[in-house]
Amino acid sequence: MLRTLKAAPLSAKIGMLLIALYAFVAIFAPLIAPYPEAGIAGARYLPWAAPHWLGTDALGRDVLSRLIYGARNTVGIALLTTILAFVLGATLGLLAATLGGWFDTFSARLVDVLMAIPSLIFALLILTISGTSAMALVLVIAVLDSTRVYRLSRAVAQDILTMDYIEVARMRGEGLGWIVRREVLPNAGAPLTAEFGLRFCFVFLFISALSFLGLGLQPPTADWGSMVRESAKLIAFANFASWQAATFGLAPLLPAGAIALLTVAVNLVVDWILHLSSGLKE
Amino acid sequence: MNTLLEIRELRIEARNAQGWTEIVRGVDLTLNRGEILGLIGESGAGKSTLGLAAMGHVKPGCRVSGGSIRFDGHELAGAKPALLRRLHGRRIAYVAQSSAAAFNPAWRLIAQYCEGPVRHRLMPRRQAEAEAVELYREMRLPDPDRFGARYPHQVSGGQLQRAMTAMALSCHPDLIVFDEPTTALDVTTQIEVLAAIREVVRRHDAAAIYITHDLAVVAQMADRVKVLLKGEEVEEAATRRMLAHPREDYTRSLWAVRNFQPAPRAEQARPEPILRIENVTASYGTHPVLKQVSIDVPRARTVAVVGESGSGKSTTARVVMGLLPPTGGGVVFDGQPLDPVCRNRPRALQRRVQMIHQMADTALNPRHRIREILGRPLEFFLGLRGRRKEARIRDLLAEIELEPGSFIDRLPGELSGGQKQRLCIARALAAEPELIICDEVTSALDQLVAEGILRLLDRLQRDMGLSYLFITHDLATVRSIADEVVVMQNGAVVEQGPKESMFRPPHHPYTEKLLSSVPEMDPDWLSRVLAQREAAKETA
Repeated sequence: MLRTLKAAPLSAKIGMLLIALYAFVAIFAPLIAPYPEAGIAGARYLPWAAPHWLGTDALGRDVLSRLIYGARNTVGIALLTTILAFVLGATLGLLAATLGGWFDTFSARLVDVLMAIPSLIFALLILTISGTSAMALVLVIAVLDSTRVYRLSRAVAQDILTMDYIEVARMRGEGLGWIVRREVLPNAGAPLTAEFGLRFCFVFLFISALSFLGLGLQPPTADWGSMVRESAKLIAFANFASWQAATFGLAPLLPAGAIALLTVAVNLVVDWILHLSSGLKE
Repeated sequence: MNTLLEIRELRIEARNAQGWTEIVRGVDLTLNRGEILGLIGESGAGKSTLGLAAMGHVKPGCRVSGGSIRFDGHELAGAKPALLRRLHGRRIAYVAQSSAAAFNPAWRLIAQYCEGPVRHRLMPRRQAEAEAVELYREMRLPDPDRFGARYPHQVSGGQLQRAMTAMALSCHPDLIVFDEPTTALDVTTQIEVLAAIREVVRRHDAAAIYITHDLAVVAQMADRVKVLLKGEEVEEAATRRMLAHPREDYTRSLWAVRNFQPAPRAEQARPEPILRIENVTASYGTHPVLKQVSIDVPRARTVAVVGESGSGKSTTARVVMGLLPPTGGGVVFDGQPLDPVCRNRPRALQRRVQMIHQMADTALNPRHRIREILGRPLEFFLGLRGRRKEARIRDLLAEIELEPGSFIDRLPGELSGGQKQRLCIARALAAEPELIICDEVTSALDQLVAEGILRLLDRLQRDMGLSYLFITHDLATVRSIADEVVVMQNGAVVEQGPKESMFRPPHHPYTEKLLSSVPEMDPDWLSRVLAQREAAKETA
């Protein structure tokens, strides 16, 4: 494992380093952040200078602190959602492929129905009905995203199930649990891991999009999506004549940049995992 | 100038984790116009690499590190892509082993044929099409006028291989490289393709490099033979001389493979059958594949099932193993009827019948270590755990002649083809079975490796009294190991009986055709068989 990590190309190492950095910031947010998440720390719209290195927002909250807490909220919820989507989607997908028959037909059609509804509209609908608690957010996005995971894991498993070693296991009289867990899952690991990375990015962007629309995490909780929304208009009003004044207009780019950088980092690692898995097939 | 291709001191390296390894180590090769040179050797001998090098091509991840490749005045080692593009197809053509993978499935055959000559501006499309039909006729393809209008998936493997040879000839090249063109074909199909290739190559006066691991095939096709081993030349001689007087020990060992004969059995009486397949009928969907098949396997004997692909051999195995429930008839093992579905069979009964697959690659889970591959059946069938399981795994590895200490923690990807097949045998043995179904277990292996597997199976049969149902299309294998032979065609048994009587006339017409299609080491064999078949057709 360590040796594989060491042999990783530079791009993957950069990606892993960035992800580790984000994780560190998210976990130790209360220790790192100089100001509280929602408390008013100074005057409104302060420029980038000590002690507010990234200025303050429309209410006078410290932007740097909110960015740091935002990592915790946005990334944490996205991770939880992705894990849930995978547990749900992969379990159903692998079972459907292995069992076949009515279970396969029924679950596949159900997933088709879910996928037929545009996911943003569907999420908006459910969240309007259920109210926008973090729990509802996680559940709705996890169910919607698990459909994609279901499709992938079912397709991957169907490929693996045609292999002779599955036939050997069936001839031995192995039960469903063994076949799914010990024969299929280890071979589906690589594509599923790669998909995990991509899915994580999408979930993350989805939450940010919902927050931007006002249905994601609710204020005063700091999250990057709503931070973009709150400060988006500032670009238009900013005075770009001097560097000090321009920082006012750059405010929306900070959370957007944090989202973009994490997406790029995750994809760098995903690319490497995809490369590893294609090498294993030879 | 009579020499067409001259390779001197050629060295080719391949990249792996440790750096560059030499896979062709200083080989010389000379080919005259109109001559056919046979290249033989086991897999990994560098045959294909050398064949591609003759075209100035190396596979990705390989490089030419020394020596020269001169083709009719052009130096091909390190040649510019523009020069190679001008020569490839036009003057040097290539016929791949798997024509099914080499044809583009989205284009009609004749469109793919015309691509070369039209692109190289040799002739207008109309003329290319006319020549294609002519070549299809020479290749004895059915309905040559309309054959080209078909797509690759609409013709059989043997026809596709001939279409590919026709395509190689489309630009009237000086040199054709054939890379195992008949290896994937049945013997009955192979003979037709061999005859067509030989005739056409001779008529068009092209030179050819013919790569194969089958000595009997090379004996029919080549004027000269070069034997390769681990990237080096072992010896080279005119075909007849090589066959009659091989100089090197390695060459002699290649020759000897076909002669593996187990010691004759002591007792003569036919034992009670351990497996009875009774009037089994089966189908895939509505397509019937087995028609009233009945086969008996006597205890501690080997019954070989032969026939071309699609004759229902493997389907019979699937019915016995409970993977395909038959629509009629049944299977009786040791007096007890077997449930049609393997899941419903008692574990103790399923343990006694094991199966070994043709492709060891796909029969071993690439993510399981050997410890788990062998440990699972021990645990599952015999309830062994902990130290006793570990000890038994080591015994099994020793049994199949793999050193336990260095192998037990390996993944299947870290084994050679022959070692993988041995591992599959060990996995079957782990269940302590009485009957093993061997589905083409040696077909994917080199002859020397295959012989090792046959010896192992034979020893295990003697030591443990195992019975084998041995499915194969290779009659040389049948001749060496079978006690009884069953011949299948189109899902039905056409003939069965003891081996001695099966290889003695009179035969069922299909058996006759099958037997006479097996290439022999005699260089005149192909011409003789073709003449006989021609004569038989005339009298009929």
